[in-house]
Amino acid sequence: MGRYVVRRLVQMVPVFIGATLLIFLMVNVMGDPVAGLCGDRQCDAATAAQLRKEFGLDKPVWQQYLTYMGNVFTGDFGTAFNGQEVTELMSTAFPVTIRLTIVAVLFEVLIGVTLGVVTGLQRGRPVDSGVLLLTLVVISVPTFVTGLLLQLLLGVEWGWIRPSVSSSAPFGELLIPGLVLASVSLAYVTRLTRTSIAENRRSDYVRTAIAKGLPRHRVVTRHLLRNSLIPVVTFVGADIGFLMGGAIVTERIFNIHGVGYQLYQGILRQNTQTVVGFVTVLVLVFLACNLVVDLLYAVLDPRIRYA
Amino acid sequence: MRGATFARQAACAMAVALVATACGGGGDSGAGGEALSSSWTDPQNPLEPANTNEVQGGKVLSMIFRGLKQYNPKTGEAEDMLAERIETTDSRTYTITVKDGWTFSDGEKVTAKSFVDAWNYGASLRNNQKNAYFFSYIDGYDKVHPVKGEQSADTMSGLKAVDDRTFTVRLSQKFSGFPDTLGYNAFVPLPRAFYDDHAGWLAKPVGNGPYTVQSYTKGSEMSLTRWDAYPGPDAAQNGGVTLKVYTDNNTAYTDLMAGNLDLVDDVPAQQLKNVRSDLGDRYLNTPAGIIQTLAFPHYDKAWNKPGSVKVRKGLSRAIDREQITKTIFQGTRTPATDWTSPVLGAEGGYKAGLCGEWCQYDAAAAKKLIEEGGGLPGGQVKITYNADTGSHKLWVDAVCNSINNALGNDRACVGNPIGTFADFRSKSTTQKLSGPFRAGWQMDYPLPQNFLQPLYYTNASSNDGKWSNEEFDKLVDEANAETDPARAVEMFQKAEAVVRDNMAAIPLWYQNGSAGWSQRLSNVALNPFSVPVYNEIKVG
Repeated sequence: MGRYVVRRLVQMVPVFIGATLLIFLMVNVMGDPVAGLCGDRQCDAATAAQLRKEFGLDKPVWQQYLTYMGNVFTGDFGTAFNGQEVTELMSTAFPVTIRLTIVAVLFEVLIGVTLGVVTGLQRGRPVDSGVLLLTLVVISVPTFVTGLLLQLLLGVEWGWIRPSVSSSAPFGELLIPGLVLASVSLAYVTRLTRTSIAENRRSDYVRTAIAKGLPRHRVVTRHLLRNSLIPVVTFVGADIGFLMGGAIVTERIFNIHGVGYQLYQGILRQNTQTVVGFVTVLVLVFLACNLVVDLLYAVLDPRIRYA
Repeated sequence: MRGATFARQAACAMAVALVATACGGGGDSGAGGEALSSSWTDPQNPLEPANTNEVQGGKVLSMIFRGLKQYNPKTGEAEDMLAERIETTDSRTYTITVKDGWTFSDGEKVTAKSFVDAWNYGASLRNNQKNAYFFSYIDGYDKVHPVKGEQSADTMSGLKAVDDRTFTVRLSQKFSGFPDTLGYNAFVPLPRAFYDDHAGWLAKPVGNGPYTVQSYTKGSEMSLTRWDAYPGPDAAQNGGVTLKVYTDNNTAYTDLMAGNLDLVDDVPAQQLKNVRSDLGDRYLNTPAGIIQTLAFPHYDKAWNKPGSVKVRKGLSRAIDREQITKTIFQGTRTPATDWTSPVLGAEGGYKAGLCGEWCQYDAAAAKKLIEEGGGLPGGQVKITYNADTGSHKLWVDAVCNSINNALGNDRACVGNPIGTFADFRSKSTTQKLSGPFRAGWQMDYPLPQNFLQPLYYTNASSNDGKWSNEEFDKLVDEANAETDPARAVEMFQKAEAVVRDNMAAIPLWYQNGSAGWSQRLSNVALNPFSVPVYNEIKVG
């Protein structure tokens, strides 16, 4: 187990370097960020040169990348064009997005797995068909439609929630945005759980458990669910990274100043430091989630062992 | 038991009292009354006066600062604010006297030195100020801000503080409009705190305007309160303004509809259809000092041939401005008939119809002109724009449609989107575009000079198409040197006629500013820069 974790951690290094290099190059190809800084008027040559020097843009790209990575290892993610440290932007943006992601994942797991179990056990019944149809609708409607619709109905027409989230973004205000963010994944989790449950229901160990006379809830939670959760855990684990990075649409609709917002601003203003910094952290989140998922397999199914 | 109950009651009473005073505390900021909330976007650059070149940062500066001049929110005219007198005999050396009795909100007196130091700071290359060129008229600018190499002086030789309230400015050339430019944000005075604790100042700017910054959370909110000891004549009529950063102006509009926000100063294009029924007369749509044009790559031989003028004029005549402004912009833009803006007023240099027939839609004439001029270069025009902000795609496609219809050729014009504004700017400023491209100009100060010189003067800062015309340059120089304002305007219009006769750029439309507000507010207006006149807004 310990050796497995170490090996996985070592494997992360090339993935991390490759991913950041790719992002770095992609942002750089977009052109000269200083040109956009002066608005519709051209920056005068001397100021532009000075700014390029300050942001290190006058050096060759490989050198910029090396300097940048060197700084990152000392915890210095550079400065955004508005004069703020990228680490400062991160310290305000990540907590908000993490809260949003927690809300979304909770919705995903609680509602998704419950619905999945219910429908999996009642395959072919009206409940099953109803939920299947509902999830199909959720999957096919784009997030921004769901988001805008809920915002308009709950926020403006009925006045149940505030249409925008305040800057402190407490959990209570993130419920609806979290639901919107989770909606598509929730539908997938439901369907995954349903299939898995329905399949395992017919397996020998479940029949044995029922034959032993175990109570129904024990059969379902201890025997059936535990074995059916492996594909779901894989999906949710990978999804955490997607939710954090992909919250751009939801964050925009509900005015949440999180990672998606900062990334969007960074891309619009072509701010290499912001974009690469945030993506670097997101890559780390992805890698960590993957590791945790793999380790969870062993917990769910003791037959899986890591050497 | 009884004691415990009593304690609880006392605690409740105290809590109520505390809440009550807290509520009262917000309300009793003098005659000003309550605060209002307004939509905002995160400023692009650090909030320094000489470093702020976009509307959102400028909005804050115009609330917390007052300069020598102030532009009248209705007429756009530059009126004395901190300036007691600005005197000159030759339009080159100016003696400026600062009014007595003004202070910064931290108590420091505003003196001549406050201006001289601030201007030298803004001009110095070392400080990377993006508006440094505003000081380029002042003698010695080339020493503190050389085009190449290190700066050889810390201060401009043309700028001298004579005594506490007087300073002199010597310009490198005659410029009669110079006093009128002094209302621009780059020219405001700065307190010592700005230099002594720069980071601290940026975190919570201190100025001399009707509002002071209460708190500033970068990226999310700035809370400004009325400064009760403000010595100026335009004190705030409300308790304060909370600027809330919105990621999307649609969300801001939704918040206004739900009653969580008092003022939006940018009604999203998608809402223009319903805004009248949603807000009734709580919606405003007035001209701003913004003009949209199509610029040409004059550096490209294909666009700089003997017949090119006719081609450009033909393209101009092929654009149905009336139709596009009505259907795409719902009347929030006005077809342009000159190269300035209606906010200047007839006396200030705006001349309706100066473009004449060249800006009127006529498909037959357009076709004929383009044929006479030798046809479109390469048989097709590509209009380049940035696709990330604004609804540029919408109107570029409409303009192309109009041109295609007029010429009876489906492939005569296509849009050429570029991903980001920065990329678009880096391509247009380095002359890498081979066809017409969108050019928007928001005025810095209400003078015809500002609409012409930066855009069309040889090698000027925003002359991205590299148009050059000796006669135009000569007329602008003469107009700048002219001391009589009426005569200067006349000269600028002559110069503008040169732009027209060569169709250096195609004027498209003047842009309006828009605002919508809640029932709590009254007396809302937009100034010529399309920024709400915050200090005049009344709450309740």
